[in-house]
Amino acid sequence: MFAYAVRRILIGLAMLVVMTLITFLLFMNNTTASVLASCGKNCQPEQKAIIAKTLGYDDPVYVQWGKFLKGVVAGRNFPDDPALVADHPELVAHCPAPCLGYSFKNSNFVWDVMKDAMWVSISIAVVAFAIWIIIGVLLGIIAALKRGTWIDKVIVGVTLVIFAFPTFFIGQLLYVFLAIKTGWFAIPSYTPIADGGVFTWLGGVILPAITLAVFYMAGYVRMTRAFVLETSTEDYIRTAQAKGLSARAVIGKHTFRAALTPIVTMAGMDLALVLGGAPITESVFNFNGLGKLAVTATREFDLPINIGIVVFLSAFVILANVVVDIAYAFIDPRVSVK
Amino acid sequence: MSQSGPETTAAIESSADEVVPEAIRGRSPRELALIRFRRDKGSMISLGVVLLFLFVAVISPVLTKLKVFKPYTTNFPLLDIENGAIPKGNWGGISWAHPLGLTPGTGTDVLSRLMLGMTYSITIALLSAVLTVALGTALGIIAGTSGGWIDAIIGRIIDMTLSFPQTLMLLSLSSTLTVTLEQMGVPKGNFARGTYLILVLAVFGWPSFARIVRGQVLSLREREFVEAAHVFGASRWRIYFKEMLPNLWAPILVYFTLTMPAYVSAEAALSFLGVGVKTPTPTLGNTLSDSVNYYGSDLVYFFVPAVVLAAVVVSFNLLGDGLRDALDPKADR
Repeated sequence: MFAYAVRRILIGLAMLVVMTLITFLLFMNNTTASVLASCGKNCQPEQKAIIAKTLGYDDPVYVQWGKFLKGVVAGRNFPDDPALVADHPELVAHCPAPCLGYSFKNSNFVWDVMKDAMWVSISIAVVAFAIWIIIGVLLGIIAALKRGTWIDKVIVGVTLVIFAFPTFFIGQLLYVFLAIKTGWFAIPSYTPIADGGVFTWLGGVILPAITLAVFYMAGYVRMTRAFVLETSTEDYIRTAQAKGLSARAVIGKHTFRAALTPIVTMAGMDLALVLGGAPITESVFNFNGLGKLAVTATREFDLPINIGIVVFLSAFVILANVVVDIAYAFIDPRVSVK
Repeated sequence: MSQSGPETTAAIESSADEVVPEAIRGRSPRELALIRFRRDKGSMISLGVVLLFLFVAVISPVLTKLKVFKPYTTNFPLLDIENGAIPKGNWGGISWAHPLGLTPGTGTDVLSRLMLGMTYSITIALLSAVLTVALGTALGIIAGTSGGWIDAIIGRIIDMTLSFPQTLMLLSLSSTLTVTLEQMGVPKGNFARGTYLILVLAVFGWPSFARIVRGQVLSLREREFVEAAHVFGASRWRIYFKEMLPNLWAPILVYFTLTMPAYVSAEAALSFLGVGVKTPTPTLGNTLSDSVNYYGSDLVYFFVPAVVLAAVVVSFNLLGDGLRDALDPKADR
């Protein structure tokens, strides 16, 4: 048991290191465009060399990767030049650990830029999650209980059709018709809870959250429906019915419990995914979350921001997987003996 | 098992023919699936619609070449230039010559752009779905059959690939990898952007399918025919592709059909974020991401591309569901 946990953590750490290396190889294999974007038109080769040096792109990729890892563990200086630190310490910015890099476009540390954006993404994700879980699972259960009737067909059909429209179209549709034209919803904008209270915050994020929820809801309706139908054919359900339990007790106590377990597992993974920002939803509603940050960084060739976001989110997923695996091993001892 | 099917049924038929005209004939799993599929009205309709879309995708470039329709020709006289270059007329410029109206700003014909866009969108989705399924099948079979350290390494690669935030990767990598592709000799511009989409969708798409295939292979490899192949001294590659692969065609077909619409949607989503094929070359995605800006002035143009794209996605999804139901009767509807 303990040995399993240790092994799982070690594998997780190894995966983290390899993941950062892959990220660097993918993003840093070509910095031509990034340098050009910082240099503008009529860029002379000497200028390019200077800019590449300032941005730290003149080192081989593995050296840059090494510096990045060192920064995460121990912090690092920008620019990383011992002579400059000795002569003009005021010109050098020290980025404390865990340092994810320095964005020259923003003149700020990547982590500081991300920290502001993160709360926006988390707000949308949490509200969206609540909406899609509650409505999705509820509709799925209703569809399964009314299997074959017109209610079932309408629920399944409508979710299928809505799901086929891209998120940005749904978002724009909701934005225009529910906020601008009818005024039923407040014009979406992000106000932190600390500034405007829970209701202002919720009113501001509700439309982006609905947009994001619609994307996931269809899957949950279908999944819940399938799981409920599957469990309702199990023998123990028939036993429960045979011993004279009311329909409500059979459904509530036996069918749903079994059907909900895989949904909860799935929901955890999806929540981890949306917490990392929704580039499309955030772009439609102009919310400055992690997703929108990535969109802007891509357009401006701001590679440190892109790398920072990718590394942070992948690390989050890897760690979540380690935690889930170990938790499962505690709950079900058969897991660790494989 | 499907290999022996036709011969045995043929043998039964020929010997039985002389005795009774209407002999009981065994049906192969493939025939049974086909019968189940034909019986389902929804599946047959979706198959028809999918075939229609594929047909449109094939003929559109020909029609463009023959100048039957002109997706690139601008029609400024038909636009209300003083009023934001919105098409004249009440319904987004719908007329006999332009059945789905005109594009605001340029006056190009919407119907022909959507038809040619279908060619590009479906080509991109098709190529990357083929790559996805091929990679997923090959690595899934190898992992599941070999076991041991090969399985462990492929498993870790799968975990690793899935741990990356997919949409963000597809988006952020475009800035550097498109340039790399161009430096590797891929023609600049839209060709490189399209190639990027195809490759990256496949690279981040195969792991989920490889997992499914691996699961199937794990149960297949305990079956007698694999054991028999081992006893005959069949090579590793023969077992992978002659013994395992023919038994996996059902999940491959279903997954492929469901991946197509996912990639058509992905192309649209990425197009909205500025990744992928750009105008004047039309795709369903870049037409739609242009049209969402006209919510205030041209509602016909706002809705038409979205409805067409949704129709493509829904028909492929229904076809995939129908295939799954037909091929795996135990799966719940």
